[in-house]
Amino acid sequence: MSALLVLALTVPLLGLVPLLLAGPRVGERAALAVLAIGAGLCVAVGVAVALSGRALQYFVAGLAPPLGIGLRADGFSAAMMGMSALVLALTAFYAMRAPGAGAPRMPPAFFMLLLALASALNLAFLAQDLFTLYVALELLTFAAVPLVCLDGKPGQLRAAMTYLMFALFGSVLYLLGVVLVYGQFGTLDFARLSAALALAPPGWSFGAALALMSAGLMAKAALFPLHLWLPPAHAGAPPAASAVLSAVVIKAPLFLLVRLWADLAPVPMAQAAAPVLAICGAGAILVCGVVALAQVRLKLLIAYSTAAQIGYLGLMFPLAAGADAYWSALAWTGGTLHLVSHAFSKAAMFMAAGLIAEVFGHDRLAGLKGAARVAPLSIAAFGIGGLSLLGLPPSGGFTAKVMLLTSALQQGAWWIGVVVLAGGLLAGGYVLRLLVLALQRPEDGTLPAARECGWRAGIALALAFGAVALGFLPLAPLGFLSIGRPIAWEGLAP
Amino acid sequence: MSLVFDALAGLLVAGAALAAVTAAAPRAAVIAFMGYGVLLGLAWARLAAPDVALTEIAIGSGISGIVLLRAAAGLPAVPPAANRALAAAISVAVALGLAALVLALPEPAPSRAADAAAALPATGLGNPVTGVLLAFRALDTLLEKIVLLLALVGVWALARDPLWRGRPEPLFAGAAPAPSAFLARVLVPIGVLVGAYLLWAGADAPGGAFQSGATLAAMGLLALMAGLAPLPRADDRRLRLVLLAGPFGLLAAGFLGWATAGAFLAFPPGFEKPVIKIVEIAITASIALTLILVVLGPPAGEERP
Repeated sequence: MSALLVLALTVPLLGLVPLLLAGPRVGERAALAVLAIGAGLCVAVGVAVALSGRALQYFVAGLAPPLGIGLRADGFSAAMMGMSALVLALTAFYAMRAPGAGAPRMPPAFFMLLLALASALNLAFLAQDLFTLYVALELLTFAAVPLVCLDGKPGQLRAAMTYLMFALFGSVLYLLGVVLVYGQFGTLDFARLSAALALAPPGWSFGAALALMSAGLMAKAALFPLHLWLPPAHAGAPPAASAVLSAVVIKAPLFLLVRLWADLAPVPMAQAAAPVLAICGAGAILVCGVVALAQVRLKLLIAYSTAAQIGYLGLMFPLAAGADAYWSALAWTGGTLHLVSHAFSKAAMFMAAGLIAEVFGHDRLAGLKGAARVAPLSIAAFGIGGLSLLGLPPSGGFTAKVMLLTSALQQGAWWIGVVVLAGGLLAGGYVLRLLVLALQRPEDGTLPAARECGWRAGIALALAFGAVALGFLPLAPLGFLSIGRPIAWEGLAP
Repeated sequence: MSLVFDALAGLLVAGAALAAVTAAAPRAAVIAFMGYGVLLGLAWARLAAPDVALTEIAIGSGISGIVLLRAAAGLPAVPPAANRALAAAISVAVALGLAALVLALPEPAPSRAADAAAALPATGLGNPVTGVLLAFRALDTLLEKIVLLLALVGVWALARDPLWRGRPEPLFAGAAPAPSAFLARVLVPIGVLVGAYLLWAGADAPGGAFQSGATLAAMGLLALMAGLAPLPRADDRRLRLVLLAGPFGLLAAGFLGWATAGAFLAFPPGFEKPVIKIVEIAITASIALTLILVVLGPPAGEERP
């Protein structure tokens, strides 16, 4: 029984009280403090998992599943929790009102939504019950959608509405799948379901339930071809909001997709479904990568890059469902590591884009020549974050892509290898577009008089270095991420 | 006799649904949809699921109906015929697919009802639905209350004033017509009584915080529409406290249980029922107020003197 898991869920919520009852200054400070404590708790969960080499678990209300709800942190959950809590806390500091920040004050609503996101994400990573996960997805949706239209521009309202429609459609499909699972097994607990599935091969209606849940999660994660809502929503939000939306919010449904197909689904079923997910992934990487190249605005370019990078997770599924235990574990590690390193890169890039737009007053790529002279740290953060997307060493993105590539080649899935490499090439194209422009001489010799906000660029740079730092531990993720697999409750007969 | 009743109820539900989708004007469609919700509630009651029935009528028909009526008022015209044909085709396909999936489920359905019934005496409650919502799966309930609060934050985030001062715009321009003001004067006290009873009875009989909160919210909206009470100020400290009371009351009870019973969201041994009851009252107040505020919309900013 680990108290850390409950605290990671509940502590972020406590920050809502001062935000609703006290003034905006006090509320903002309290939110920052609570998010920092939350990040500490999530890191502590990771340390506890690493030290014990076992998953942490907690039965809420002291009731074991199937009647009660169980929380469980294995290596994968702990890595996702640590990543998202760090990104959220740093984003809150980035959005903080401080002297010389140069940006309009973020309203108290922003910090409320950030706190709710922190709790929702931790719940999505910890809960072991399909219905509690539905609640987590609802919490996530209702915290994420208002972030899109915080500045109240009419175009953003439309983008937020499209996002809401996709997300709610996804919720309905997911919930329908949950109902079907309960109707067949009478339990929604992962460990109990796994045990029941191991006893008897499930029928087609379990496959239909998984397919419905997956379609819902794909709509929420914007996996190609359900990505259409993402670019306008992520590109038009305030920069701090874009950073969390692109870096962490879409990771929760992707995480659950991995849980469903890599941990819960029986291997033959996973093998049958994997090509579909892989084709969606390949479509994302190639189509959204090419569309990203054609963008004229920086934030839209980054948003399309998010829609493209999600695709690597799709490519992981056929490799992870492979027959060879070692190569499939390598692919699984590569895919999950990609989720973590992409979060750091993408948060850094959106924050950098926000700072650059503050300096220039716009984010049209053609007008950003010479940006490196007025926003050197931001350009550096964008470039270093971009390295990981390209898959250049040393970076988490490099390790992840090498793992996927090696597994693909060893398992004879040549086309997946080709897509991984082509995706890197496309990422190179869109990342270098800004870097080349930024290093050029400004066209008519004039640059904006404003300069980037140094300490906020420092936060973006720190996140970019986070993605790089993951590359210095090339083999550590293999051991840490697999702690606590397969899912089972300790001290409880299945 | 029961077969006749069932057939009649089924036909009425199908007829109301058909009326909702074939209605020419959005307003007529919404009114048919509200009728459909009430009839569906009767069907649930017939299936011996009174808690679902009450929720369907109060939330699925009542509160959703008010929200949809407001939205319908802003809709210009009927969608083009091509869209309607496509929508009909998709709906039929979805209905057939759902029917196939539901009919393929094992019979009898696996259920946790026996577990819930066995664990119920420890909570001191008599209604197993309340036991599931507030004891066995209280974590879901706690977070659903936060979702409701966030829905309000999302609505208020659309306010022009980021600090959320002032009152929302009136629901309808001008003074309420005399008949609806009279209806509100007669109906609101009865409705409040019904809401309070649903809450009180919920521990041992069908009912509970959700149904009660929705009923009270409907009564509050009726009173506001008739002009019996002034629109609430969004920056009123007491109003904010009531909003927080439900979710954070349950959270506080969860921590109290952690201190006394050794597990988060367990309840203090020997005091389960009183603690659950107090928390339920707080949740009901929060649900009612949050629903009212969500329907009223974002605050319009500080009034000019």
